[in-house]
Amino acid sequence: MSTTMVAQSLASGILVGALYGLAAVGLSLVFGVTKILNVSHGELLMLGGYTSFWLFTLMGVDPFAGIPLSMFALVIIGLIVYQLLFSRLIKLPTEDKIRTSLLVGFGLGLVLQNVALRLWTADNRGITPSYAGAALTILGVRLPYVRVASLVIAFVFLVALQLFLQKTYTGKAIRATAQDWEAATLMGINVYRVYLLSFVLGTALAGAAGTLVAVGYSVEPVMGLHWTLKALIVLVMGGIGSIAGTLVGGLILGVTESAAAVWISGNYRHVVGLVIFILVLLVRPQGLFGAKEG
Amino acid sequence: MLELEGVDAGYKDLQVLWGVSLRVGEGELVALVGPNGAGKTTTLRIISGLLKPTAGSVRFLGRPLDKEPAHRIVEMGIAQVPEGGRVFTGMSVQENLELGAFTGRARKEKEQTMKWVYQLFPRLEERKGQRAGTLSGGERQMLAIGRALMAKPRLLLLDEPSFGLAPILVEQMFEMIAEINRQGVAVLLVEQNVRAALELAQRAYVIENGRIVGEGSGDALLSFESVRSAYLG
Repeated sequence: MSTTMVAQSLASGILVGALYGLAAVGLSLVFGVTKILNVSHGELLMLGGYTSFWLFTLMGVDPFAGIPLSMFALVIIGLIVYQLLFSRLIKLPTEDKIRTSLLVGFGLGLVLQNVALRLWTADNRGITPSYAGAALTILGVRLPYVRVASLVIAFVFLVALQLFLQKTYTGKAIRATAQDWEAATLMGINVYRVYLLSFVLGTALAGAAGTLVAVGYSVEPVMGLHWTLKALIVLVMGGIGSIAGTLVGGLILGVTESAAAVWISGNYRHVVGLVIFILVLLVRPQGLFGAKEG
Repeated sequence: MLELEGVDAGYKDLQVLWGVSLRVGEGELVALVGPNGAGKTTTLRIISGLLKPTAGSVRFLGRPLDKEPAHRIVEMGIAQVPEGGRVFTGMSVQENLELGAFTGRARKEKEQTMKWVYQLFPRLEERKGQRAGTLSGGERQMLAIGRALMAKPRLLLLDEPSFGLAPILVEQMFEMIAEINRQGVAVLLVEQNVRAALELAQRAYVIENGRIVGEGSGDALLSFESVRSAYLG
């Protein structure tokens, strides 16, 4: 096996891993704050992808320039979905809330899949702007511009989110609510507004991730579960509430998947992720980077 | 300032409070004492709005509280220090204090109030950059009180501030509470440390099985026979 091949698979792994991280951070934020485990996160990501697909094919909007638009679309969808479905679970005790939100999420996922099938057919859709095929080649390793740009954008989003949560009053209110909603209420924080905000922030991030997936790879109606699974694996690896951990978790998953594809077989690339998932749960259930309670 | 009138309350099928009436006047320090499970914490939760009464009324400065959501009640001037403090362990001491001043009114005066809190608890200023999770039990309790004061409350609800503290710290804690009260904040103090609470308070209520069974000045209750035999040994 040549070094170039190894380097190429490492690079591809990192590029896709950043997207895993971005996909996971929205799920992690929502779960950490609201204790809603939204398994339709992958479908929401898919809708983000289709939104920019439409913006591009119908209106000629450049996918990167259109990221704010697809995030906005997902804010609206997030608001509707939250008010209609998830807000009804918000006062349940944590255990019940997690269980019930799983069911609601699966149901919503099925509905969204079928909506996508109607609107965009079962075909794979991608976004191909003029620069789609261009790539940077370093020592024989091919790095498509769109994927490198996606990596940078994913990184910028994660840093921005981190700063928002650490530095702003609203961000601190979100962290306080995640830690102890009752104590947060006693600070005068309206935790129900915080729940709504976190949920919508999560869907907006799914919108951004979906756009990057559509432009660097492709979207199809059945992709949701696949991305939810990736996000769950990353969430378990990174630990809830650690944004840096989520990014590193995403990169690790991306790299191990490509490594498995090269050294074992392409068929096994998705199996390794699940193996890591189980191993982390067995050995370090708080996540590789997650802090223990205390 | 605060008036509870015939309040019933409970959790699901379990009624905890039965017709509880009590009041706290402007600038007063009132103690609510009684055994474990008597309904002391539940009474505080009713006042702070974390729990809503099933009957009776709660009024603060003449306004009814029983329909207000809990986060609004903080803005109206009531801050609660929950049992065990419940500081945000993952955040720094300073961030905890900042969160205490979350409501609009308090946020404007944040810097000023923080200076005052650091004056009251110099230890907190020494540790302001430290994560609250690394503080000792006594320091956490100070932080919880300081965080509540950041809301600039007119009434401070304290739930077992002496719980789990070493005896010497308990004494300091009670001195601190008296000092806060002297500076004009009314206090409703829930305590299992009955003697200390009665010595500190101007007035006190005794609660048993969800009913108020005694009321009077702290000194009077201290010499009250049934209180002596039940709590002071």
